[in-house]
Amino acid sequence: MDFGFTEEQELLRKSAREVLAERSTPAVARAVMESETGFDESLWKTIAELGWCGVAIPEAEGGLGLGWVEQAVLVEETGRAVLPAPYLSTVGLALPVVLLAEPGEMRSRLLQGIASGEMRVALALTEEDGEWFAPLKAAATKSVNGYTIEGRKVFVADAHVAHELLVVARLDDDFAVFAVPAADTAITPLPTLDRTRRLSEVRLDGVTVGSERLIASGKSLGWRPADRTALVIAAEQTGVAQRVLEMSVQYAKEREQFGKPIGSFQAISHKLADMLLLTESARSHVYYAAWAIDEGTPDASLAAASARVAGIEAGRFATAEAIQVHGGIGFTYEHDLHLFYRRAKWDELYYGDATVWRERVAELIAAT
Amino acid sequence: MDFRDTAAEAAFRKDVRDWLEANKPSGAVAGLGVTEGRVGMLRTWQRKLHEGGWAGLGWPKEYGGRGASLIEQVIFSQEYARAKAPSILNVIGIGMAGPTIIAHGTDEQKHRYLDKILSGEEIWCQGFSEPGAGSDLGALRTSAVVEGDSFIVNGQKVWTTLAHIADWCILLARTDPTAPKHKGISYLLVDMHSPGVEVRPLRQMTGEAEFNEMFFTDVRVPRDNILGDVNDGWRIAMTTLLHERGTLGFALATQAEIVLGEAIALAKKTLKAGRPAIEDPLVRQRLAQLHVEIQAMRLNNYRALTTVMRTGIPGPEGSLGKLLWSESNKRLGELMLEIQGPAGLLEGSGYAGDNGEWVYRHFRSRANSIEAGTSEILRNIIAERVLGLPKHK
Repeated sequence: MDFGFTEEQELLRKSAREVLAERSTPAVARAVMESETGFDESLWKTIAELGWCGVAIPEAEGGLGLGWVEQAVLVEETGRAVLPAPYLSTVGLALPVVLLAEPGEMRSRLLQGIASGEMRVALALTEEDGEWFAPLKAAATKSVNGYTIEGRKVFVADAHVAHELLVVARLDDDFAVFAVPAADTAITPLPTLDRTRRLSEVRLDGVTVGSERLIASGKSLGWRPADRTALVIAAEQTGVAQRVLEMSVQYAKEREQFGKPIGSFQAISHKLADMLLLTESARSHVYYAAWAIDEGTPDASLAAASARVAGIEAGRFATAEAIQVHGGIGFTYEHDLHLFYRRAKWDELYYGDATVWRERVAELIAAT
Repeated sequence: MDFRDTAAEAAFRKDVRDWLEANKPSGAVAGLGVTEGRVGMLRTWQRKLHEGGWAGLGWPKEYGGRGASLIEQVIFSQEYARAKAPSILNVIGIGMAGPTIIAHGTDEQKHRYLDKILSGEEIWCQGFSEPGAGSDLGALRTSAVVEGDSFIVNGQKVWTTLAHIADWCILLARTDPTAPKHKGISYLLVDMHSPGVEVRPLRQMTGEAEFNEMFFTDVRVPRDNILGDVNDGWRIAMTTLLHERGTLGFALATQAEIVLGEAIALAKKTLKAGRPAIEDPLVRQRLAQLHVEIQAMRLNNYRALTTVMRTGIPGPEGSLGKLLWSESNKRLGELMLEIQGPAGLLEGSGYAGDNGEWVYRHFRSRANSIEAGTSEILRNIIAERVLGLPKHK
């Protein structure tokens, strides 16, 4: 039994933290928020050059050939820095599907594109009802040269800066995943509370793709991509929670009222203790789930769903209480806390909320 | 990172499991208090554990222990919980008094007390808390005054587990009333059969008398029965409290896992609004939430264990375990009763869940966030020692 990181993993964390401290400051996040596209090309280039998009991609496909533990380490750090880049949408939402797709030329192209950072890929799953794991209206039909897809996808993260979309559509009595060039669709960004991670509406009005672009079937994928996505979002939530905890502890030591630092009042210090408890618990869950996925243990799905629930709790509680601990200044636009609050809220409501994932946990524990 | 047992750990786990399966008393229920009817069984059980080499697992071999590694102690406590083996009668002796005597005792004291702790021949209790000194232990007032070659002890202790059957007591008493409160305390080993010791059972809200009040009236304690120096008792008491939790967290997480499994089984067979409770969305949400919390306990414990094994210094995760467990275990108890509906009101009978054991557990769980550090004190500790916040006051 060993629940510690290797030297290489520690090194990865350290170097990521250093890079992000310089390149992903709150000032950078604010600039990206205010920009037209919500996207910073030079920041993306840095990420790509560091190989961060290919951490979990096999070396043969141009990646670093590491696993989900290392991916979680990186995402925890990018969460800590509220990285304003379409990183989570690529490695957390799209990559799991591509990795688990049928081996073939299309999968290789996508993996190599993601690994090099030249290709940003977005997952187009949900529709206007906002349901995550429910029947779809979008449908594909076999045509002469491949498939024709008809439908409307909504809440697609970072679609407006993606090169390829993974469109999930009904096909016969199953569903299938198609890699669709973003340029072939009509993408309309929607006003999103985390403006560094915008959601879009995507229209597919009879888009035809070649048959090689059908990369996976629903039956073959099952819940496996969702396990990985849940894990990655939970890792980000852990990083967000950790950072606001540190900010709040610092503030509680410095800010004085009634002649004492407010951190000496139990009404404040007990909140901070609870923030630590939830954050550490989320972290434990995240790395256990990452390990379980890497090892393919029988409880990997349960571990991932549990991590997701723990991540939501930590992110939601920590960011909300951080504002309370900071008082009036924490509610200002000028203070950075709302950047973290927005990110935590995004993570909480995107890809199934706590109720959805607790139900998933219940399903798994009641079955055994 | 690897959560599997190594080959050696797996072999040790199998040894423990096999031994417990072959030797544990049949029909014994885990977790129930030390009631009169159970003392004989528990004494026999501890003797058997000792003979099997499982008492004092973490104690050094030279003092009769097994010298087991930390991870072996963890495996033992997990398997012990899984086997639902009855509680270890001399838990205070083995877990707290013994390790403190090993750390601070003279050779004579070690020779005199340790063997009999392991065999269960002498049962120990812990005289720390007082009516006016609970969370604020340093405020204790029981006094010990030197008279010739004895201390004369006067005062009252409370919440003393096992005092009604104990032969010895580790007792904190004030030997210098003029010193600052933590500096004037001494750590005495008191013979519970001495004249002037009176024990009154204290009934808990469960109806059981698991612990007691102790009254000391001019009790004569030989001067040799002091651990460490006069007025150095607070430092020594910290050794005891450090051992109070030990690998208990692992046992508690395993127990909670087992109970959650029982809750799920119960929810499957209990009807609620015409359908099995397990189909009720709110019941499902709460079961799932408890699963997440119980797994967090287990995993936080593992992280803390790895930190200790790698660095020798406990990490912040350890201090969180007790807080999480107490609060979750109370919610688990509440849910168990709620699933049962009116059957959750019965303390026994075939209509009650598990013949009333769940009612007992629920009632007992109310003490979880009070005993061994209240949740409020634990939050203070986390805030001050882990987060480095200024002391309250």
